[in-house]
Amino acid sequence: MTERKIRIMVAKPGLDGHDRGARVLARCFRDAGFEVIYTGCHQTPAQIAASAMQEDVDVVGLSCLSGAHRYLFPQVVQLLREKGADDITVIGGGIIPEQDFQKLYDAGIKAIFTPGSTLDSIVDWVKKNIKPVE
Amino acid sequence: MYYAKEVLSQSGELRKKWEDEVRRVVSKVPDQKERWSTVSDLEIKRLYTPEDIKGMDFERDIGYPGQFPYLRGNQATGYRGRYWTFRMFSGMGSAEDTNKRWHMLLREGQTGLSTAFDFPTLMGYDTDSPKARGECGKCGVAIDTLEDFLMLVDGIPLDQVTTSMTINPPASVLWAMYCAAAEIKGIPLNKIGGTIQNDMLKEFIAQKTFMCPPEPSVKIVSDTVEFGTKYVPKWNTISISGYHIREAGSTAVQELAFTLRDGMEYVEDAINRKGLNVDEFAPRFSFFFNSHIDFFEEICKMRAARRIWAKVMRDRYKARDPRSWWMRFHTQTAGCSLTAQQPYNNVVRTAIEALAAVLGGTQSLHTNSLDEVLCLPSDQAVQIALRTQQIIAEETGAASTIDPLAGSYFVEALTNEMEEAAWDYIQKIDEMGGMVAAIEKGYPQLEIADAAYKFQRQIDANEKIMIGINKYVSGEDTPIPLLEIDDRVELEQMERLNAVRRKRDNKAVKKSLEDIKNACKKGENVMPYCIDAVKNLASVQEVCDIYREVYGEYRDPGLY
Repeated sequence: MTERKIRIMVAKPGLDGHDRGARVLARCFRDAGFEVIYTGCHQTPAQIAASAMQEDVDVVGLSCLSGAHRYLFPQVVQLLREKGADDITVIGGGIIPEQDFQKLYDAGIKAIFTPGSTLDSIVDWVKKNIKPVE
Repeated sequence: MYYAKEVLSQSGELRKKWEDEVRRVVSKVPDQKERWSTVSDLEIKRLYTPEDIKGMDFERDIGYPGQFPYLRGNQATGYRGRYWTFRMFSGMGSAEDTNKRWHMLLREGQTGLSTAFDFPTLMGYDTDSPKARGECGKCGVAIDTLEDFLMLVDGIPLDQVTTSMTINPPASVLWAMYCAAAEIKGIPLNKIGGTIQNDMLKEFIAQKTFMCPPEPSVKIVSDTVEFGTKYVPKWNTISISGYHIREAGSTAVQELAFTLRDGMEYVEDAINRKGLNVDEFAPRFSFFFNSHIDFFEEICKMRAARRIWAKVMRDRYKARDPRSWWMRFHTQTAGCSLTAQQPYNNVVRTAIEALAAVLGGTQSLHTNSLDEVLCLPSDQAVQIALRTQQIIAEETGAASTIDPLAGSYFVEALTNEMEEAAWDYIQKIDEMGGMVAAIEKGYPQLEIADAAYKFQRQIDANEKIMIGINKYVSGEDTPIPLLEIDDRVELEQMERLNAVRRKRDNKAVKKSLEDIKNACKKGENVMPYCIDAVKNLASVQEVCDIYREVYGEYRDPGLY
C-alpha cells in the first residue's frame, strides 16, 4: 500500500454566504499539496454527502457562519453513515460557540476550528489525522 | 498646491537635513520593520510633505463642502445641522423579538432603523422550505408573509422613522411589504423614507446571497429604481455596497473601485433599459462602505469615493442636478477586524473605526457590538455600540468642524493615490465590457480571493498584527454572555406560516402570482404586482419561485 495525496472537500452547507474562510482554506489546502474540491455556497447536507462519496474524498471540511451548524453539521455525518461512508472524516469551522463543541463532537464531527486558528494548524491537524492509502 | 515655490525649495533644504538625521538615527535605532503598509498593504512613507501634493489645485481637487467635487462632504453645514443617522443593524428570531429590540433602540436614542433578515428570507425561501432548515431567525429576523412584516413594524411611525432593509434578491418583495404596511397604516407612499440594499452585483462578487443570474437580477433592480422614482420619491432604491466586498477580504482600493463600478452599471441600466433621465433617479442612489481598522486609509477611501462619484456623474453620465453628484453613504465598522479572543478589545476597535467613518463624512453609521464575532448581539453589547457613536458625536468634538483632516499632506496624498488606483480598476472593468461581464469572467471574485489569502498568510507570518490572535495572546478569555436563538423559533414560525396559508384567499394568491409571472415574461415592472401579491398574503418564497422559474437560478461557481 502506497500513500497518496489527501483528498479534501471544502463545503458550505445551508444558505450562508460567508465564504471567505472556506475559500482561503481551499487555497491553503491546495498549496499544502492536497487535492481540493470546493462545493461553493448553498449546498444541502444531502448534496454534500453525495458529492463527498462521488469524489471519494478522505475529509469533508464544513464551514458555517450563520448559526445553523447545530443542525447542518450532524446531518452531513449522519447521511454519510447511512450510506456506509463513515470512513470519511468530517471536520468543521466558522462562528461556533464553545458551548456547542461537545454536541458536535458527540454527533461525529472530529475537529472544530474557529476564528483565530492559523492555516498551518488546520493543515497540520489534517496531515496528522488523515492517512490515505491506495 | 497652495505653496509658493520658495516654500517648496526651502522645504528641499530642510528635507535634506531631515534625511541625514534619519540615516543617523536609523543606524543606531533601526526601524522596527522594513516596510510599513496599511491593512490593505498600501505602502506608507515615513513622512509626507508639501512635495507629495504639489500638483493639487485647491478649487479643483479639494474645494468647499456642498460643492463639486464634494471631497469635503455633501452638506455645506457638515454635522452641525444634524449628526449622521445612528442606525444599528438589527434583527433576530421572530418579528416580535425584533420589534422589541427596535423599540429598545429607539428609546435609547437611535435615529433610524435597519433590518437584518435571516438567511431563508435573504435567499427567498419560506421557513419551512427543506433548504431553510436550521436557519430560521438565526442571523436575522424571519419574514414569510405580510403578517410577519406588520408585526415587525408594529408601533413604528413609518412616516417619521426611516428604515433600511438589507435585502437583495427578494428586495422587490420585502419593499412591497413595506409599501403595503404603509398603505394599511394610512401613510401615502410619498411620505415613507428608507433604503433597500438591492445591490445584486456585489452578491455575485462577495456576499453570495443570489437567486437568478446577473442580467435578470439587474433588471429587477431597475424595476425598483423606476418604481421608486415615480411613486416613492423619498426612498433610496439602492444601497450600492462595498461593505461585503471588504468583508470578503478585498483591499480598501478594491472595495472603492468595485463598488463605484457597480454603481455605474446600475446607472447605465436605468438609463438604457428604463429610458429614465439620470437626474430623475440618481439622487436616490446611496452607498454603503466598510470602516476597517486602518484609520487614515478608511478616511481617505471615503473622501476619494465622493470625489470619484461626483466626476463620474457629472462627466460620464452628464448629470446636471448637483444632488446626482452627491455620494451619500452609510458605514458599518468592520466585522472582520474583530476577534473572538479577548472580545472586550472589540469595543476599542469599533470606536476607532467609527471615528474614521465620522471623519470620512458618513451620513449614517452602524457600530458593531463586541460579541458579534460569536453570536447575534445581546442587548447590553448593542447598547455599548450605540453609546460609542453618541460619545463620538457629543463628547469628542470630532463633528464640530467639517472634514478636519483636509490639507494634511498625508491624507490628501493617500486620498489621491487611492483614487488613482480605483480609476485603474474601473478602466480595466470598462475594457471587459462592464461589471456583469467582469463577474461572468470571475474577475472581481478572484481579485478579492487573492487579497484575502495574502492577508491571512500575512497574519500567520506575523507580518500583520491582530492583538489576541498573533500578539499579546492570553490563555484565558473573559467569558461574555451570548445571545442564543432558541430552536423553538423555527417551529413557531412554521406554525404561523401555515395558519396564514389556511386563512388567506388562495385563489387570489394564485392570480396575483400569475400576474407577476406575466410581468416577468413581458419585461414589465414587477413592483405593482408584488404589492398586490403580498397584500393577498403571498409568501416571500412564492414570489421568488416565480423569479426562479422565469429567469433561472444562479449557482455559485465556487471560485477560490
